[in-house]
Amino acid sequence: MHPIRKQRLQIVLLIVVASSIAAGLMAYMLGQNANYFFTPSQVLQGEAPVDVRVRAGGMVVDGSIERSTDSLDVSFLVTDGLANLKVTYSGILPDLFAEGEAAIATGELDKDNVLRASQVLAKHDENYTPPEVADAMNKAYEVKQKQKSESQSYEAIR
Amino acid sequence: MIAELGHFALIIGLCFALMQSLVPMIGSFKGYSSWMRLGYSLSLGQLFFVAISFVCLVCAFLMDDFSLKYVSQNSNTDLPAHYKVSAVWAAHEGSLLLWALILAGWTASVALFSRALPLVFSARILAVLGAISVGFGLFLLFTSNPFERLLPMTPLQGSDLNPLLQDIGLIIHPPMLYMGYVGFAVPFAFAIAALIGGQFDSAWARWSRPWINLAWVFLTLGITLGSWWAYYELGWGGWWFWDPVENASLMPWLVGTALMHSVAATEKRGVFRSWTLLLAIFAFSLSLLGTFLVRSGILTSVHAFAADPERGVFMLMFLAIVIGGSLMLFALRGPAMQKVAAYQGLSREAMLLINNVLLVSSMVMILIGTLYPLVADVLELGKISVGPPYFNFFFVPLSMGLVIAMGIAVFTRWKATASALLMSKIPLPLIIATASGIILPFVLRADSYVGYSVTAGLTLFLTAWLLATIGIDLKDKIGINLTRIAKLSRSYLGMQLAHSGIAICVLGVGLNAAYDEIRELRMAPGQSAMVADYQFDFVGVNRVSGPNFEAYRGQVNVLKNNAPVANLFPEKRQYNAGGQVMTEAALDPSLARDIYVSMGEPLADGAWALSLQVKPFIRCIWLGGVMIGLGGLLAATDRRYRRRKKPSPIMECNNG
Repeated sequence: MHPIRKQRLQIVLLIVVASSIAAGLMAYMLGQNANYFFTPSQVLQGEAPVDVRVRAGGMVVDGSIERSTDSLDVSFLVTDGLANLKVTYSGILPDLFAEGEAAIATGELDKDNVLRASQVLAKHDENYTPPEVADAMNKAYEVKQKQKSESQSYEAIR
Repeated sequence: MIAELGHFALIIGLCFALMQSLVPMIGSFKGYSSWMRLGYSLSLGQLFFVAISFVCLVCAFLMDDFSLKYVSQNSNTDLPAHYKVSAVWAAHEGSLLLWALILAGWTASVALFSRALPLVFSARILAVLGAISVGFGLFLLFTSNPFERLLPMTPLQGSDLNPLLQDIGLIIHPPMLYMGYVGFAVPFAFAIAALIGGQFDSAWARWSRPWINLAWVFLTLGITLGSWWAYYELGWGGWWFWDPVENASLMPWLVGTALMHSVAATEKRGVFRSWTLLLAIFAFSLSLLGTFLVRSGILTSVHAFAADPERGVFMLMFLAIVIGGSLMLFALRGPAMQKVAAYQGLSREAMLLINNVLLVSSMVMILIGTLYPLVADVLELGKISVGPPYFNFFFVPLSMGLVIAMGIAVFTRWKATASALLMSKIPLPLIIATASGIILPFVLRADSYVGYSVTAGLTLFLTAWLLATIGIDLKDKIGINLTRIAKLSRSYLGMQLAHSGIAICVLGVGLNAAYDEIRELRMAPGQSAMVADYQFDFVGVNRVSGPNFEAYRGQVNVLKNNAPVANLFPEKRQYNAGGQVMTEAALDPSLARDIYVSMGEPLADGAWALSLQVKPFIRCIWLGGVMIGLGGLLAATDRRYRRRKKPSPIMECNNG
């Protein structure tokens, strides 16, 4: 074979083999490391898998932050307006973490629907709400509106 | 008044850009040399007016003109003057204006320093740069005008600059990064001009090299600064988070690095021509994508600030036009550019090819990991974020491959390398590296007998390997007489400096991953804790006030073997204007280790949540980054780029 053709063929073969291996690995690793986001309602309805790394978030419920007296263990509730999800965490919370503010926790759910968080993200700027949380709140708001109008029509019928 | 002047100047600047994108391009097709020459003066005019516009915005900030929406959202009368200036690029509108200014600056310098190029070619380069300016100008004026007034509801006080951004690192980091991002517009314009003309030879490759190097240097320094800032300012002691926005800056850097190496092969040997052009297109496209990701706020990230989806749509369209258009042009013209030149498996060309494959694979892997959540969201597969393990899994081995290849590559020659030569060179550094990898962990850590760290061993192996190969190659070139180092070319020295920088950076990353110790705990005043060999005594907390904040200031005394090492004063600040709370970490830096203390929240009974960290060799990460940047700068100033010479005819290397 012509040396340049041969060289080209080798390169093409190399690329094909390498990229198929890479694509396979990448798909596998993405599957392993993709952390899905769930709203508190979805978690409590059992849509989120147990003992798999997931993310969940919403607004931190007023008065729900409980600190341990002798360690950095902390627990709090996050809500999307419909359901409250309990989150436990050990360590320092971010500066902008506060009651009534948005937070996203990453961690694993146990059987009692408590999220053992290994990371808690709060917003980074006062005027910013993470899109996931904004979305969850909107969804919950729509559900509430629907329920309200349903109950109103029910009352009207009565 | 000043704001209107700025706004007006911006519009004139846009008109200049529009002329600049049309007149020289049309002239180049019609052969009107006066039209083509107009590009030079138009680009200078554009710079002049965009600069006026920028200065006007700076003035508006310095004069606390809160009738401007942008000023009122990002500044405050209490803000120190230097932060008022840096607040200009703290948010979307102003940073885009800075983008436009930097682009105009690069364009004008191309106009000034490209006279040695054929007129048709330089006219087209300027026209392409002008077209990019038009895109950004329209974007600025229609979706993100920094000169928008808040009338008649003018606030008396601004809502303040985000305290996280009130920092020296954030004064320099964004302009540096933008210099890099925008700098890749020059090789991009160059590639488009070459594709339009259907000609790309060694002389042109030589012309583009210092431009590529300079843009890359700025990007390198910008990323390094950003990482350093995140380390000391975000308050949790990490230096890289695989955050979408960080990835957005790393991707053009990786492709830019690949481009730097492939254009070297194109210049010297005429190989990889169309590949080089493609990389130039990708480097700039990824820079645009980076701007898009940061500014559209579509991804949850530690960098995500307030966002506006409409801008995202404009950006996406702009991105589609730039990438789509240039790739279309490439598809039509690119293959014709390829000149065939043979080289063997053991040659410098082959090593550069390996470099490119590894760098581009890293980029693709990061791109997929970064965009997968977006795609999944659009396809309604759920809201996903991709965790750091994914990125580390791919990036670490690919980088290791790069370091090993880098060591071999210095011994290779163009076209073909005698394998006997390589066999005679490689054993010594290999022995040095293996010995370092096995022995040095014991020197660094007495407890290596109990738990030998494989990460540390591998890191020391790679660092020693790279440094040894560089040392041996230097010795081969100049012997042991160090004064002869001045005889070496700057591009060679720059390369070796940058490669040593990689070795130092790898050292910092690896040893920090292996030996970094973090304890987060509850401490009451008077309590002590041990981290690594250091004793941390928490003395207590005072209240202090700064120019625009109130703070709790803790005192932590650090001791080693009962001898004082440092007294650290971390702070928890609350800013007066917005009430935003911020952690100000305290550190005792040294090359061998950083001691890092930051305060969490106050707990009951005067106790505080404290984060105590000992981070070995973490400074090496940024020291390495700076060395890499300086190496690129040294190479860009090589004498042969300054020679004013008419481009020579195409270098023929058809020996196949």
